[in-house]
Amino acid sequence: MIYREAGQFKASYEADQQIFPIKQDRIVMAALVAAAFLVAPWAASEYWLQAVLTPVLVFALAALGLNLLTGYAGQLSLGTGAFMAVGAYATYNFLLRLDGLPFLVGLVLGGLSAAAVGVVFGLPSLRIKGFYLAMATLAAQFFIVWALTKFPWFSNYSSSGIITAQRIEILGFAFDTPARKYLLTLVIVSLLALAAKNLARTNTGRSWMAVRDMDVAAEVIGIPLMKTKLLAFAVSSFYCGIAGGLYAYTYLGTVEADGFGLDLSFKILFMIIIGGMGSVLGAFLGAAFILLLPVGLNVLMHTSVGALVPATLASNLELIVFGVLIIFFLIVEPHGLTRLWQIGKEKLRLWPFPH
Amino acid sequence: MGFFLEVLIGGLLAGMLYALVALGFVLIFKASGVLNFAQGAMVFFAALTFVGLTERLPAWLGLSPEWAGLFWVALLLTAAVMVLLAWVVERFMLRKLVNQPAITLFMATIGLSYLIEGVAQGMWGAVVRGLDLGIADEPVMWLLERYNLMISKFDLIAATVAGVLVAVLALFFQYTKVGRALRAVADDHQAALSIGIPLQRIWVIVWAVAGFVAIVAGLVWGSRNGVQFALTYTALKALPVLILGGLTSVPGAIVGGLIIGASEKLAEVYLGPFVGGGIDSWFPYVLALVFLLIRPEGLFGEKHIDRV
Repeated sequence: MIYREAGQFKASYEADQQIFPIKQDRIVMAALVAAAFLVAPWAASEYWLQAVLTPVLVFALAALGLNLLTGYAGQLSLGTGAFMAVGAYATYNFLLRLDGLPFLVGLVLGGLSAAAVGVVFGLPSLRIKGFYLAMATLAAQFFIVWALTKFPWFSNYSSSGIITAQRIEILGFAFDTPARKYLLTLVIVSLLALAAKNLARTNTGRSWMAVRDMDVAAEVIGIPLMKTKLLAFAVSSFYCGIAGGLYAYTYLGTVEADGFGLDLSFKILFMIIIGGMGSVLGAFLGAAFILLLPVGLNVLMHTSVGALVPATLASNLELIVFGVLIIFFLIVEPHGLTRLWQIGKEKLRLWPFPH
Repeated sequence: MGFFLEVLIGGLLAGMLYALVALGFVLIFKASGVLNFAQGAMVFFAALTFVGLTERLPAWLGLSPEWAGLFWVALLLTAAVMVLLAWVVERFMLRKLVNQPAITLFMATIGLSYLIEGVAQGMWGAVVRGLDLGIADEPVMWLLERYNLMISKFDLIAATVAGVLVAVLALFFQYTKVGRALRAVADDHQAALSIGIPLQRIWVIVWAVAGFVAIVAGLVWGSRNGVQFALTYTALKALPVLILGGLTSVPGAIVGGLIIGASEKLAEVYLGPFVGGGIDSWFPYVLALVFLLIRPEGLFGEKHIDRV
């Protein structure tokens, strides 16, 4: 009853091609965006902005990047963390070495560097498929983290190999409080999410999906495999690179190469599995879920329930819960939280009637 | 020349140990088409369970910790635990994921590896433990005196064990009824089912065998580097071996292991100093990648033909 499209007629092509063709969807989205922009920066405490909301957005962006590659184009990548590292270190070096370079330009250059690296490591995808390709992206993961650690030039010869993000200033306005950093992240992430949502509906997005479903068949119907796959790697790495830049600049402030290890890559992979492969919404849901889960577990452990769990088990509970959830989602709902959301909407269409 | 030989032989022996872990992957992949990322976690779990049992069994059973049979009792119990693990994995994971894409199964095993790591540490604690198999890590005197080569006795014995294990497994695959069933399942699930091979029991068996391989790998690696979380990274060492040798080939795992082990050590010694060292984290992967560009299905892998 509440959620139904009866009576909403599409009278023009624009109406037919909207991202959210149903009015209720538009209202919900508008409310969410308004809440994120207008309410959150003032209502949320500094801790929430700094430690929860900003990282959720940053990881959602990285997950979105991986989702474009894995969910849409079907190329499994285990090197997301490394591409984020390229983005973070490239942004740092561009801002450091080019005097007076605007922050946003530095960030985009960082993203482009990540895209270039992504294309290089995507080249094997033309010949190697499936598991073998996943191993190739592991090569990227280990090589890039090693290179960033071994060559001190990347971290400007800091003794510990840690880079400290410069102050963010755009047109003389300093982004120095958690609320401002959050807003900056939000603007960038929303724009890129919108772009991704649209990209998935274009020729490019559809050829990605064709390649994912079967690349030989896609080639037969005239999709240039090389261009399509490399573009997927480039766009995905660009997103990851921007996410890496934001990770360093708006979230942590100081990062080291080892922080972008295999664990980070797996974390982002889990986000898209739990959130939903091949969906933009899924990246956000997955990121929020994976980042809030440890917080939730921690809170639970400090209540009376937590007292029942032995201490040795409690410290490993996060690993166990993650593992179980991944398996659970893959078995029960391979399309992730997004699919649950869709099922929920279907239910709302009919409610309170049975049919 | 002596030094070169020493590095080469050291690398080859280390390669046998990589092959040992890779073998676990190959077994499961052959029988069920699952690339089991949790193999590293299983190595860790097996080693930790074994060490934990040797520590606690004397207290539980009222035996003296010096008792010689303790090793075998602990080994037997660990093997039983691995069989149990195989059954649980089959019952609660594989059975529910039949007919899913291979990538889905792969990701499920990543989840499984987290789960096993968590359970292992939850059960036995996260402290690093030593493991003494009673084999000294000293150079073989005979080789040292005669050829002036420093070859560790421990490595030599470990490599021999790995070699024997491979031979046994190859014979098992070739000549037993279960082995024949395993090969049938690897060939074609549906055809195997239709002639009455119980697929699910085969899966339990193959996971259990991979579990036994994990025990051996865990004991060898554990006594080398201590039983600690880092044991799970042996999986990452084994992956390039696996892609180099081909996912479905037991001899491929051995040859791949030897190639990776030798070239990794040689590269570290002769190439490492020029780029700052530590290249063994990525060198095997890049090497395997180069091989793949020439032969996309690995050295001994089955040639894959794409059909629409």
